[in-house]
Amino acid sequence: MDDMTTKDVQEPYTKHLLHYFDGTSRYVLIKDEEVPFPEGKLIVSRTDLQGIITHCNQAFIEMSGYTEEELIGQPHYILRHPDMPKVAFKDAWDTVGSGVKWHGYVKNLRKDGRYYWVYATIILNIRDGKPVSCTSVRRKPSRTQVDACTALYAKLRQAEEE
Amino acid sequence: MRYVMTVSPDFPPGQIAGWYIFNTWLQRQLGEHIHVELYSDFEAQRKAIREGQIDLIYANPFDAAMLVREEGFTAIAAPLSKPDEAVIAVAVDSPIQQVADLKPGTRIAATDDPDVNLISMIMLEPADLSAQNTQTQTVGTYILVAKQVLQGKADVGFFLKDAFAGLSGMIQRQLRVLVRSEIHVIRHVLLVGPRLRERHGDLWNLLSEMGENDKGRDALKNLGLQGWEMQTQEDTEFMIDLMDTLVN
Repeated sequence: MDDMTTKDVQEPYTKHLLHYFDGTSRYVLIKDEEVPFPEGKLIVSRTDLQGIITHCNQAFIEMSGYTEEELIGQPHYILRHPDMPKVAFKDAWDTVGSGVKWHGYVKNLRKDGRYYWVYATIILNIRDGKPVSCTSVRRKPSRTQVDACTALYAKLRQAEEE
Repeated sequence: MRYVMTVSPDFPPGQIAGWYIFNTWLQRQLGEHIHVELYSDFEAQRKAIREGQIDLIYANPFDAAMLVREEGFTAIAAPLSKPDEAVIAVAVDSPIQQVADLKPGTRIAATDDPDVNLISMIMLEPADLSAQNTQTQTVGTYILVAKQVLQGKADVGFFLKDAFAGLSGMIQRQLRVLVRSEIHVIRHVLLVGPRLRERHGDLWNLLSEMGENDKGRDALKNLGLQGWEMQTQEDTEFMIDLMDTLVN
């Protein structure tokens, strides 16, 4: 995946190097500006079992800032924000991989460097008794929970860096 | 063999005749005897499904998972351009201006329509509201939901978008939309039961061509539908997976 550049992200921003679980890494440019989740909408996507996006709805496209062509075929971690602790994603994939529904609050990174919070649910899609893909649905989170997670994730990130 | 067709109990009362007209059209086209059995509530309908009494159903998306994954129904069609969307409304002079203004203890008026109630409760989550810290009054029709709100007996009302649009102008002017869903992919679906499965291909052909002749078009018009969008099993499985993520 390509590094984020000033072509898409306007100053001011901070630059971070993210390392992903598959051994790859990229530079992301972060702006301290939230985009509110729209009322009444759901962000829906589907990935294969390797986490590659195979389907996304219009709300996903609008909130991520990417086009559908830019999203399909990319790993879902294209949205990963450096403020998210790695342990949150490990918990999500371990839970879903064992066939259990996962819920959690996630801070996502947009193409333009801004961010948006979601309440995410991920399930494993079973067909003929076999896991074939994952569906993820994100909805508007409560501000109380977002504030609590902001503090929690900062502590978890600090622990991961020590 | 005599088959039984039923319709999700949340269909608009004005369309009862439409379903009988649809059934008459279907029986003639298919050459089968089909009886329409309507239920006044979801529980009674679910009991009939569990007892294997139903062969064709225009199902609420909330029940699609049970029908497909537990009772062996298969998807055939969904109404064209007619997603199930929800509207949450308050009285026009209510101090509530946005969802975030709602507090624990909020009084909700709703019908027993399961997908509208599910979508509506999700739209209240940003205010930290749930079934545990709200009071829901379940009434029989969307007109009664409006009355509960207008009489000050409820702070908010949950409506199916089409039902809200069908309220009289006088009632609508006394209500204000707080939030409306834009989900697009949750919708009713026509499902075929195991006994009727051998006619699945014939049903598919009939419904996909229904809008191409006068009698078919008339039957669709009486149902308030533009047409059918044919469904693969995977289309319906996708919607069921989505519904699954929404049910805690």
